[in-house]
Amino acid sequence: MRVSVVVIGAGPAGLAMSSRLTAKSIDHVVLERGEVAHSWHAERWDSLRLLTPNWMRRLPGSGYTGGDPDGFSTKDETIEFLGRYQKQIDAPLLPGVTVKGVRAADPGFEVVTDQGPWECEAVVAATGGMTEPRVPELSSALPPGIRQLNALEYRNPGQIDEGEVLVVGAAASGTQIAHELQVAGRQVTIAVGGHVRLPRTYRGRDIYWWMNEIGRLEERWDEVDDIGRARLVPSPQLTGTDDRRTLDLNALIDIGVEPVAKLMAVNGRRAQFSGSFANLVAGADLKQNRLLAEIDAHVAERGLDDVFGAATRPEPTRVATAATELDVSRFSTVIWATGNRPTWPWLDPAAFDHRRRVIHDGGVGAIPGLYFLGLPFLRRRLSSFIDGIGRDSGELVEHLHAHLDQLATHRESIPGVPGLSSSVRTPEKSVARAVNQLGQR
Amino acid sequence: MTTTESPTVDNGVNVEALLGARQALTDAPEAAQFQWRATCEWVNGTHSRSVIHEFSGLGQEQQHRTAYSIDADHPEIFASADNGATPPEIALVALASCITAGVATVATHRGIQLRSVKANVRAGMDLQGILGIDGDVRNGFNGIKITYEIDSDASKADIEALVAQAQKRSAVFDAIANPTTIAVEVI
Repeated sequence: MRVSVVVIGAGPAGLAMSSRLTAKSIDHVVLERGEVAHSWHAERWDSLRLLTPNWMRRLPGSGYTGGDPDGFSTKDETIEFLGRYQKQIDAPLLPGVTVKGVRAADPGFEVVTDQGPWECEAVVAATGGMTEPRVPELSSALPPGIRQLNALEYRNPGQIDEGEVLVVGAAASGTQIAHELQVAGRQVTIAVGGHVRLPRTYRGRDIYWWMNEIGRLEERWDEVDDIGRARLVPSPQLTGTDDRRTLDLNALIDIGVEPVAKLMAVNGRRAQFSGSFANLVAGADLKQNRLLAEIDAHVAERGLDDVFGAATRPEPTRVATAATELDVSRFSTVIWATGNRPTWPWLDPAAFDHRRRVIHDGGVGAIPGLYFLGLPFLRRRLSSFIDGIGRDSGELVEHLHAHLDQLATHRESIPGVPGLSSSVRTPEKSVARAVNQLGQR
Repeated sequence: MTTTESPTVDNGVNVEALLGARQALTDAPEAAQFQWRATCEWVNGTHSRSVIHEFSGLGQEQQHRTAYSIDADHPEIFASADNGATPPEIALVALASCITAGVATVATHRGIQLRSVKANVRAGMDLQGILGIDGDVRNGFNGIKITYEIDSDASKADIEALVAQAQKRSAVFDAIANPTTIAVEVI
């Protein structure tokens, strides 16, 4: 079947792009291996909430209208929001279709699925930034008696045996899981590498309110010093709860969690942790305070010091001397909260560099007509959040539209009407028909 | 707060060359593979002399401008001749000099003019470990503390960030803080 654009994935990114394409009358389909927000159903723990406040939970044409703009959406509320959005924008969705291959076919692409092939002129890979847990190789060195699971497999404390737990990783997922398990009565040790410390609120406002206010979330991918590094920065130590509590290492130490530095090696029963704990927390404290100083300067410049609360800096991380070696047999469970990476096993090799990372410039792929959406810092710091995906989609769809126009100009020997591409003129009915036919199968 | 390179800063570090090397090695990762070498020869008693001259990197054999030698020995209180620093002291020197080199480099990159940098290194060791008195005591340091005194116009926060970054990018910091596989063989 033919269609101008194939969008792969029906999470926030796929749906946002679908909305943009529809607004430009560009015919497309959205292929989804499961259902809308599949990974939110299948690969998130029960208590998870969005890190950003509800007012930032918006996609093109749909802002938050509920009664709690400063609250944090639960997993179920997020799933419901995305389901509602899919209906609102009437996305041409094909659920239960697994993409097997995407090959450049000059011009355009061939998209092979478990339910037949598609030919198209552009592909939007919107499968997200966390399709595969980044579990370190040393996990295989742990004794077989210790149960291992990753953050995408974790659901709730009821799933975890009695006994001590080692949570490896101290970004949002690691700190949230460590907190939940310690409160549930497990003794938790958390292994901490390079991390991002942030207070939930500062001077009476949410930290993301401030980051938005001072323009931090708008920093562009082509303006930061080292975008490769910026994209690998772990998620901040934050949680979205009704009491808006801060979830930093001090908060974990307060409830009895034992922090250690990065897990470096497992030799027999000995787990060895880095001796760099003091430097790790010093670096995180410094970066946090640099951000808070920027906020203070922003407030002072505008003469608003009386409007906002006192500039009370969080207490420095209380550095207990962290253990550098522990007997792993004390742990009954190890949870890998070591981050996730995006994978595109179905994608044309020409889209990757020699280290199997996709090449893209702000979401524009290395193959003409290939686009990525929904990756950390894709085009701006905000890209890591639903809010940013909507913004990115608006810019990428312009590029995509120009690409389709260019193809149409090349293809047509008769000069076309400027601004009217064949894709726009393609009768939408044919695609709608194809979608319907597939849906009926 | 100065965070960008300024032409008036001169700490004697050629940051442009380093940034050029970083780019070149990003494009040619095989050239980034270096091997450091030293020979260590027993002199007498606990006295040994190590010589450092050749190494490899950038895809070929390299050598220092001249051969350097380091004498190591034990102090007289252990009935040794004290012909040099002890090996653990040399390890501490390697750590401090590595971080200090990083301080100068990062400072230049960040436009911070240094007037003086001094590191005081302290490391405790319980000799019951190496003497085999108590099996629960490790041979190595029970902790290392380095105190930097840095004279420059930068703010305290910028200096702290500078020292933190220098540790983050230090080869010897990593080598001491983290486990490394060591193979010792006899031929």
